[in-house]
Amino acid sequence: MLTIQILLLFFFFFAILKIGGRWRGGEITGRGAILWVIFWLLAAVVALEPDATFYLARAVGIGRGADLVVYLALTLIFFLLFRIIVKVEKINRDITKLTRRMALKEKEKL
Amino acid sequence: MVTVVVPAYNEAENIGRVVRGLFEQGWQRVIVVDDGSLDDTAKLAAEAGALVLRHEINRGQGAALQTGDEGALALGAEFVVHFDADGQFSPADIAPALRALQTQGVEVVWGSRFLDGRSQIPWLKKYIILPVSRWVNYLFTGMRLSDAHNGFRILTRRAAEAIAIRQDGMAHNTEIVRQIKKNNLKWVEYPVEVRYLEYGQGITGGLKIVGDLLWSRLLK
Repeated sequence: MLTIQILLLFFFFFAILKIGGRWRGGEITGRGAILWVIFWLLAAVVALEPDATFYLARAVGIGRGADLVVYLALTLIFFLLFRIIVKVEKINRDITKLTRRMALKEKEKL
Repeated sequence: MVTVVVPAYNEAENIGRVVRGLFEQGWQRVIVVDDGSLDDTAKLAAEAGALVLRHEINRGQGAALQTGDEGALALGAEFVVHFDADGQFSPADIAPALRALQTQGVEVVWGSRFLDGRSQIPWLKKYIILPVSRWVNYLFTGMRLSDAHNGFRILTRRAAEAIAIRQDGMAHNTEIVRQIKKNNLKWVEYPVEVRYLEYGQGITGGLKIVGDLLWSRLLK
C-alpha cells in the first residue's frame, strides 16, 4: 500500500471515531451520524481502490473516476457553502435585533 | 413633532457640532444612534443635548437608522428626518424640505445633490459612481431618483411605520426606496447641500452594496 493510502485510512478511521463521539454528545442526529460514516467508508474504499471510481464514473457517463470525484466534491462544497452563508446572514440579523433591543431598553422611557 | 435621527459611527470630531447645528435651526428632538463607536461619540452627543441610543456593537448604518426610527416612533414623532453625523449636510435644508413635504402632500422627501448646483461633488463620484448607482437603484427598485444614495430623508410617521430596514450595511439606501415603492407612498425629491469633507462610498463600497442587494433577493 502507498503511504498516502495508509495516512488517509488513519484519517478516515479517526473521523469515524469522532462521529461516534459527536453522536453520543448529542451534536448530530443518529441519521446524520450514519450518513457521515457511510461517507467516510466510501472515501476509504476509494482510497484503497482508486479504480473503484472508474466504474462509477462509467456508470454515469463520465470518462475518468477522478473527474467524477471532482464534480461531486465541487457540488457538495458549493451546497455547503451556500448553507453556511445563509446561516451566517441569519446570525448577523439576529445580532442586530439583540443590539437594537438593548439600545432601546436602555432608555426606559421608550 | 419632528424627530431627527442621526446614525453615527466614530464621529466624535463632528457629532457635537452636528447636534448643536440642528438645535440652532430649531429641531429640538434629536436622536443620535451611536453604532458601537470606539471613540466618545455617545458621550459628546449626550453632552450636546441629544438623546443617545447606543448599539453595544457596530451593526452598520442601516441598522442604526432602524433603531433610530423605532426610537423616534416610540417617542411619538410625526415626522422623522434622517441626517448624517459627519457634518456634510446642512441643517438649514430641513425646514424647506419639510415644507415641500407638507405642501405637496407626500409621505417621503428624498434629498438630492443633483437638483441644484450647491454640492461640489468629486469628479469620479459625479460622473461615474453616482450614475452607476442610479442605474443600480433603478434595477433594484424600479424608481428613477436623481440621487440614489443620499442619507437625507424626511418620512411621515406613516412612512416610517411602513418601512422596516433589514439591510444593516449601506444597501439600506436602496432597500428603503424599494419599500417606499412597494407601499405606494408618494414622494418628492428636494435639493440638499453636501459638503465633501470625506469621500464616502467608493467603487469597492459600491460593489459591496450590489453584492448585499443580490444576496437579499435570495435570503429572507
